[in-house]
Amino acid sequence: MSVWLESVGIAAPGLISWNAAREVLRGTQPYARSDVPPYAPSLLPPNERRRATPTVRIAFQAAEDAVQGSSIAAAELATVFASSDADLNIIHRISHALTQTPRLVSPTDFHNSVHNAAAGYWSIAVGARAPSSTISAYDFSFAAGLAEACTLVEIEQLNTLLVAFDLPPPQPLYAKRPIACTAGVALVLTPTRTAKSFAQLSCAPSRESITTASTPALEELRRGNPATAALPLLEKIAVGLSGRVVLPRSDDAGLAVEVSFVEAR
Amino acid sequence: MTPLPISAYTVTSALGAGRDAHWNALRSGQSGLRKSQFDTNTLDCWLGEVAGFNTPLPPALAQWECRNNRLALFALQQDAFMNAVAQLKARYAADRIGVFIGTSTSGVQHTELAYRERDPATQALPDWFQHRYSQNIFSIADFVGHVLGFTGPTLAISTACSSSAKVFASARRAIAAGTCDAAIVGGVDSLCLTTLYGFNSLQLVSADICRPADAARGGISIGEAAGFAIVDPNAKGSMQLLGYGETSDAYHMSSPDPEGQGAVASMRAALKSAQLAPEQVDYINLHGTGTMANDSSEGRAISTLFGNDKPCSSTKGWTGHTLGAAGIVEAAIAMLCIEHGFLPRSLNTRTKDPAIEAGVLMEDRHAPVRVVMSNSFGFGGSNCTLLLGSAA
Repeated sequence: MSVWLESVGIAAPGLISWNAAREVLRGTQPYARSDVPPYAPSLLPPNERRRATPTVRIAFQAAEDAVQGSSIAAAELATVFASSDADLNIIHRISHALTQTPRLVSPTDFHNSVHNAAAGYWSIAVGARAPSSTISAYDFSFAAGLAEACTLVEIEQLNTLLVAFDLPPPQPLYAKRPIACTAGVALVLTPTRTAKSFAQLSCAPSRESITTASTPALEELRRGNPATAALPLLEKIAVGLSGRVVLPRSDDAGLAVEVSFVEAR
Repeated sequence: MTPLPISAYTVTSALGAGRDAHWNALRSGQSGLRKSQFDTNTLDCWLGEVAGFNTPLPPALAQWECRNNRLALFALQQDAFMNAVAQLKARYAADRIGVFIGTSTSGVQHTELAYRERDPATQALPDWFQHRYSQNIFSIADFVGHVLGFTGPTLAISTACSSSAKVFASARRAIAAGTCDAAIVGGVDSLCLTTLYGFNSLQLVSADICRPADAARGGISIGEAAGFAIVDPNAKGSMQLLGYGETSDAYHMSSPDPEGQGAVASMRAALKSAQLAPEQVDYINLHGTGTMANDSSEGRAISTLFGNDKPCSSTKGWTGHTLGAAGIVEAAIAMLCIEHGFLPRSLNTRTKDPAIEAGVLMEDRHAPVRVVMSNSFGFGGSNCTLLLGSAA
């Protein structure tokens, strides 16, 4: 599978946007870890912006960052949202409410609890009516989402936005699912070369060992969230040298991603 | 698209385990919905509960323990599906078979049980609770891949009530892109208090039995189900996936667009991918949840595209709304309709809503059925339409 890459978005500790992250990942700025500050999605209407859950906010932050660098209007993009667990804050609140008498589940919580809530808000916010999928593959969700996005691009010939995101759950779930930080990563992929295309990505299953991040701090970040499993790929993209990374796709297999840079037109 | 052969399929729902149980219930008009007691549910509602499966997993699978995985394992034993899996294994390498499973809540019922056993002092969850193998959305896909021994691309699709319709589209793309040679597709959702009390909080659960398209319909009856199919481009199955459509409403998180534009676009996309005209569709299995909003919106969409004479019905009066499993359940029912030349009536519908002008079947019909359209629409405005047909 081979697709064109137009733009990248990120919101992760110490990597607040793709512009900032690029400097850090190519080594021209030091990495300073700090949590992602609260974000008000600019594409949501004001009343929805206030009510948006942290899950919707992080997905929008990465998606908006990627869309900003893209030549394609957000409304025209198909989407793949990839998240291991989506909103465990809500699962916690509902699970707790179900142990109480009476059992009062918040209707807003319930409709925001669906795994595809972020995808739903996104399509409403930008008016996107194209195909949209929301997937989970546990810690392997980024690679699984990338593969799913690539098939949408290649087989359906759709310009596609991939958004991967996860958040730490509250206790007591955190002890069972210790996602260390809030993070989102997004890519805009196209079937044909556009004026903004700067690299081609080719994906294939691989048994090679997983690529790690280049520094201990970034490696810690890579391991801390299913979305930041993308970091070795983003490092390659930031440096601008063609090459290959292997991202985790299961406990014992990977997805090899070949990155080939082209001159911007 | 080139039609994609479906070489085997199985379904388990409140109608029973396997295809024969479903066919018998369909032709005899026997609903699987009961006013049964599930867990500690106190809501006054009808449920589509599956009988006979809720026993512990075998010791080798113990870490996967949860109601959803139990239901999946039970459903995989029906209709000699495991024999078809063995044939698939003989034909392809294990890492060339993809696994695409739809679910809305995976094993969250296990989390509900764990929350009842929190440590009073520390609030810690019990040791037996393993998030990865139960509650996590991927658990069901991982479990099915593990049980069947397939290691190709494995994915859970979770787009609420369209989840297990969309698995057909993802699997077809993966096969076309060469990332796998064939695939297991399916959907599993099991009863839990999260969905019961959640839908109830949105005032969408009916105290009465689910009555799709009825003038006095009061909402959904929640059911549980599991279904699986094998899509294999090199097989000579009698059934085929002819096309699919996927669209987004871009309207509201939990209400469909009243004009049904997203639904129309989804059905149009399916027809286009199958290169079929509306008149070539013999029967439409509606999403037909029995809520005021869904049935009105979908009825309008059907009338827009097919006029008011196209035979259509919802089969949720039989199975209840099986949420993330609805897509695969209704794909299986569509294939039974084709096999048996049968168009089921809208069960439990007494007086058709005069505002729904579409050709909702009030009586069963026996007639040749070559092409069935099946609609699945979910929260977040996620629409998917499948076209299934007999191989020429």
